[in-house]
Order: sequence, then C-alpha cells, then structure tokens
Amino acid sequence: MKKQYFINASIIDPHNSINENGGLIIGEDGKIEAIGKKVNTNNLPTREKPTDLKGRYIFPGIVDMRVFVGEPGYEYKENFRTLSNAALSGGVTSVVTMPNTDPIIDNVSIVDFLKRRGRDKSKINIFPCASLTQNTDGTNMTEFGLLAKKGIIAFTDGVKTIQNTRLMSRIMNSAKDLGCLIMQHAEDYDLAKNGMINSGIIATKLGLSSIPDIAERIIIERDLTLLEKTKCRYHISQLSAGKSVDIIKERKQNVKFTCGVSINNLSLNENDIGDFRTFLKLSPPLRREEDREALVQGLKDKTIDVIVSDHKPEDEESKRLTFAQAATGASGIETLLSLSLELFHNGSVKLETIIQALTSNPAKILNINKGNLSIGNDADFCIVDINKPWIVKKENLISKSKNTSIEDKKLQGKVTNTFVKGIELFKI
Amino acid sequence: MAIKTNKAIKISQKHLLGIQDLSVNDINYILDESEAFIKLNQSKNKKIDVLRGKTQINLFFEPSTRTQSSFELAGKRLGADVMSMNMGNSAIKKGETLIDTAMTLNAMHPDIIVIRHQDSGACNLLSQKVNCVVLNAGDGRREHPTQALLDALTIRNRKKKIQGLKIAICGDILHSRVARSNIYLLTMLGAEVNIVAPSNLMPKEIEKFGVNTFTNMKKGLEDCDIVMMLRLQNERMTSSYLSSNREYYEYYGLTPDKLDHAKSDALIMHPGPMNRGIEIDTRLADDINKSVIKEQVELGVAVRMACLKIFCE
Repeated sequence: MKKQYFINASIIDPHNSINENGGLIIGEDGKIEAIGKKVNTNNLPTREKPTDLKGRYIFPGIVDMRVFVGEPGYEYKENFRTLSNAALSGGVTSVVTMPNTDPIIDNVSIVDFLKRRGRDKSKINIFPCASLTQNTDGTNMTEFGLLAKKGIIAFTDGVKTIQNTRLMSRIMNSAKDLGCLIMQHAEDYDLAKNGMINSGIIATKLGLSSIPDIAERIIIERDLTLLEKTKCRYHISQLSAGKSVDIIKERKQNVKFTCGVSINNLSLNENDIGDFRTFLKLSPPLRREEDREALVQGLKDKTIDVIVSDHKPEDEESKRLTFAQAATGASGIETLLSLSLELFHNGSVKLETIIQALTSNPAKILNINKGNLSIGNDADFCIVDINKPWIVKKENLISKSKNTSIEDKKLQGKVTNTFVKGIELFKI
Repeated sequence: MAIKTNKAIKISQKHLLGIQDLSVNDINYILDESEAFIKLNQSKNKKIDVLRGKTQINLFFEPSTRTQSSFELAGKRLGADVMSMNMGNSAIKKGETLIDTAMTLNAMHPDIIVIRHQDSGACNLLSQKVNCVVLNAGDGRREHPTQALLDALTIRNRKKKIQGLKIAICGDILHSRVARSNIYLLTMLGAEVNIVAPSNLMPKEIEKFGVNTFTNMKKGLEDCDIVMMLRLQNERMTSSYLSSNREYYEYYGLTPDKLDHAKSDALIMHPGPMNRGIEIDTRLADDINKSVIKEQVELGVAVRMACLKIFCE
C-alpha cells in the first residue's frame, strides 16, 4: 500500500481531544502515522500529491453497538457482506452484532463459525455478542468465561430482557468475576405484554396495545439496585423515555454504568407512526415528543453515552402485514451518522458530543482500541461532507432489507469515503 | 319502491374505514339516505336493483353473526351478488397473508369488500392494495363505523336529534371499537359523551377525545338521555383486568337502581351480543319501553344498505 496524505480537513477525534483543521498521513502498513494541524503542505515532501479535502471532516470510523445481522439463519434479511457494504456507506467501521440469530449465539462452537464468516465475508470489524442465557430463554446463563475467551465482546439477550431478578443478580455476579460486559434491553414483559407502541392517545386512537414507559423504568431501577451491590460492567442498550433519563442522571452519581439510545428515538416520535406505518414499529417504541427532547438533552449533557443504529433488517414480507403481525425494527446503519448530524444542524447537540457518542464512548465501554485516530492505530476513518444534502430513498439503500424508518427524509451531511485499515472501501 | 338519490351530495372518502375520516356532512348524508331503506325493509317487496351487477365480498376473519348477516342482507336487498367468506378456517391458516388474500380476491374484480379483522388497521392495509371499495366491519379495537352510524340513526329516530344529548358509553371501553367509533361520531354531532369504565378498562388519554370519564357508574349516568352498554370482551382479555363477573355486575352492570340516575326517558342500547347478568340486567335488556336493542339491529341493515349504495356510486 502506498503512503496516503490528506490535507485541509476538519478533524474531530474525541478520544485524543482533537478538534482542529489539519491533515492525516497513513503509512504503508495502513496505520495512522501523523494527524492534526502539523500535517499541512508546508511540511509534506513536495514529490507527494496529498488529497485536498477542502474543509471536509475526518471522523474516526463509527462504532455501532447494536446491529442485527442475519447470519446465521436469516441470510435473506442481511448477511455479513451486505451489512459491511451498508455500514461502510455510513462511515461505520466496527459493529457489535446481536446474538438473536438462528441458532442463537449461545455456545462456543457457534462463535467459531461466526468469527470465520465475519472474517471471510465482512470488510469491517465485527465484534460479536453472545446471549446472556441459553437460547435467550431467560433461565440458564451461558458460559461467559469460555465465550469471552473465544472473542465474545459482550453479553446480551438482544431483543429480550432478563425478567427473573434472582437470575439477573447471578448474571451480575458472574460478569463481575469474569470482567464481562452485560447489556440489557430494558422492558418489563408483564407491563409490556402484547404492546406495540407507546401508551397514550396514539395507541388509543389506533386501537393498538401499548408499552408504558414505566415498563422500561422498572427494569432500569431494578438492575441499578442490583448493581449497587454487584459492581459489574453494565450497559443499558437503549432508552426511550424521558423519565428514564432522569433516573439515570440521578443514579450515575453513585454507581458506575453506561447507557445508549437509538437514533430512531432521538429523531422520531410516536406521531410518525401515522396510519399504521409498520417500519416504525420499533423496540423500544417511539414515544412522545417530550420524551424525544429529554433524550436529546440527555445526550447533550452526557447522561447518555452512546448512539446506536439499532439496525434491524427485515424483509418486505415481514413488514407488509397488519401492525400487530409485522416484525419489529428498522434498518438504520447507513443513515446513523447523517441522521445524527441533524441534531448538530438544528443546534441541539455539539458536533463533538455526537461524534464522541458514535466513536470513542462505545469503544471505551467495549474496551476496544477502535473509534479513535491515535498514531500507530489502524486507519479506520470516514470523510464526511457535513453539509451535503440528500434524500433517503428505499431503492438506494445498500442493506439487503429496505425497512428504513426515515424514507424520503431530507438529510444534511453524507459520508464520501470510508477507510478500514488504511484501505478505501467506500467512495461516493 | 323507488329510492331517490340526492345527486348534489358526494361522500368525501373512497372507502369507509372509520368515522374519524368522515365529515359531519358525510355522516348526515349517510343517515339521511338510510331513512328510505328503513321503510323499504318494512315493506313487502324488499329488493331493489341499485347494485345490480355489482359483486360484494364479505371477508370475515373474526366470527360475527349480526354484522355479517346484516351486510349480507343489505347487499342482497340492493341487488348485488354477495359472497361471504369466513376466513377463520381458510387460507389464513395455511399461512397466507392478508395482502395475498386481498390480491387473490382483487383479481376476481369485486366492487366492494367488507372486511372484519382482529387486527387494528387491517382495513387500512387492505384498502391500499385493492382497486375496489373497502368497508370496515370492525378492525381490532380501532373502529366499527357502521355500528356507530346505526346507533346514531337509532338515537336520531327516537330522540329526533343528537346535538345536545347526554350519552353514556359504559363498560369495556379499552377493547371496544364500537366505543371509539361512537365517541368520534357522537362528539362530532354535538352530543356530550360520558365514558364509564373501571380504570383497568379505560384506554389511556381517552379524555383527549373530548369526553368525560367516570369510574363511578351512577355519577356517569347522571341525567343521561342514552345509556349505551358494551359487551365485556373476555376473548380479548389476556390478563386479569377484573376480579370477577359478579363484582363487575355489582359495579358496572346496568341495573334498575343505576338506571334511575339517568333521565326517566333514557334509552338503553347495546351493540350485541349481550352477556346478560354481567353487563346488563336481563329484564332491562328486554324492557320494550326502555331498550332499543332490537331496533338497532333493524336499522343496522338500513344503514349498511345506505353505506353500500353511497360508497359504491
């Protein structure tokens, strides 16, 4: 690989507190050699032809902590190849995959398969999760220690929640002993039973069963109470309610944990469901505008650590059904960054905070050396024209499934190039 | 018997999916048109030919006696070819989706599909996929527009108006599409609507529809002109909403002592089928001076004939 030079970029690398105009040099080994304002035409060898980015941004490659891939079992929805192409077009270079496949990722032998497929078919970095319980049925723990040794980065039941308090307590004990990260999808099943959307006027009007916001809060409060006693690495996958943000802000004073939010819940509210739009059937559900505003505020004041895409590809047949029968989830990895930039463009959140929640914060929680532009590291990064307008069109999506929650939405800001280990794998 | 049509008025919607899509003019138009059919249905020769040559498919995914027979009779009396399909034991069990069924039927060129489905919004989905007119005969807990229209016609016939009346809707509001459609319609036509239900069966934020809510039935019935009782939908109840039927009857069943709180000439309505002794005292249900339950069924055919005719034109 030839050495590559980029100049005249706006660089944001929250991990190294870089927020300045400058350049980037990538060595022949695909690692970052130099970065920042000292990289400019004055100190580059004259024989080299640097790429002039003319003020476009360089961000570390995005680390998306919540991604569903169809392999194994649902390859018709998404496979590693289509996922990585979709991810690259959105500047995502590392993903944490959920274990809700068929079969469930819950034992050592399937991890080997997964890692091999990920290595052979994926162009981006794959960090697989295994389930907390066998077959995600919420009764028996999986082998955290052995699975972690095989390369499992975190444990979660993905779309499911550990309901049994005693089991949760034991999971936390094990996670503490073994130093494992556990991630909880917070939803009390009894309160959320058969629910599809937020409780309130919209659910009443559409005649749909609902999921009250307290279903989230009860699990969060229970887990944080357990966590006070057993201090393990604990992460709440996604928040959806304003009240949850308040509680987390308060509890973070005393106990150490982290939490995330889906870009869907940051950008949309329950009114967007309109006339039974099944692409907006999400888990956790979209809630009121006040809840959305509280989540944005939580991101702004850093109560919320991470933004995720909650990328859940579903084929057309799973969505062309009545709302009750339709599958839950939206495809979102391609639009994660652009939609997040909306929060910057409308003045809600600082750009650096957004990039931090997409890169260095998830990497820190996962304890991986990604999401930064440190010298000597793999050159995983994206180049972004932060003002470029574009419209989300279903037919232009790269993911195998087209269930975007923001069809026809006008966005501002687009990834123009994405690099993994110094190799340009996406170019507009 | 000749049926005159008011050519000057047009309905604003292509399909009848819910009362919430209709305007006050639409509702009055349907009610006015229904009047002629009441007389027709009481006459000796009940059949006319306004829908001759048209095909009507009744697509019922949920069991129904009165609505299905009412729609079937309405179509036949207007001269349409009516086919009723009970989907409970058909293609759906073989894994066919609603859309596939719709596309199959659509290929047979029907003019009207009447659909009842257990999922809210099923009729909306269907209407996006077929070329013909879709009439909603009840979708999940969302809407049951023809029931609300026939209720309104019954009230209008007896009380000569709807504006200014005080109407109580009592019982299992949470699971009731009849309640929702009636709330939209009656508030639109200027009635004051009281909702009476235990908290467990009261939908969230229902007061935002412009109704008063009561958990005490006697208070909710105070000075009401109409008492509309709803069926306790045990089949939709997935967990414990109520302790027992007998306690429910004690607090929310319509009994003479509770009815005393309504106006002395108050009328009792019920969309059927009734759970006698659970939501309504059997003597009240059959009291010909107070109960208009049979009249609701009779006028139901007329309203459905009007809807078929209007939406098919």
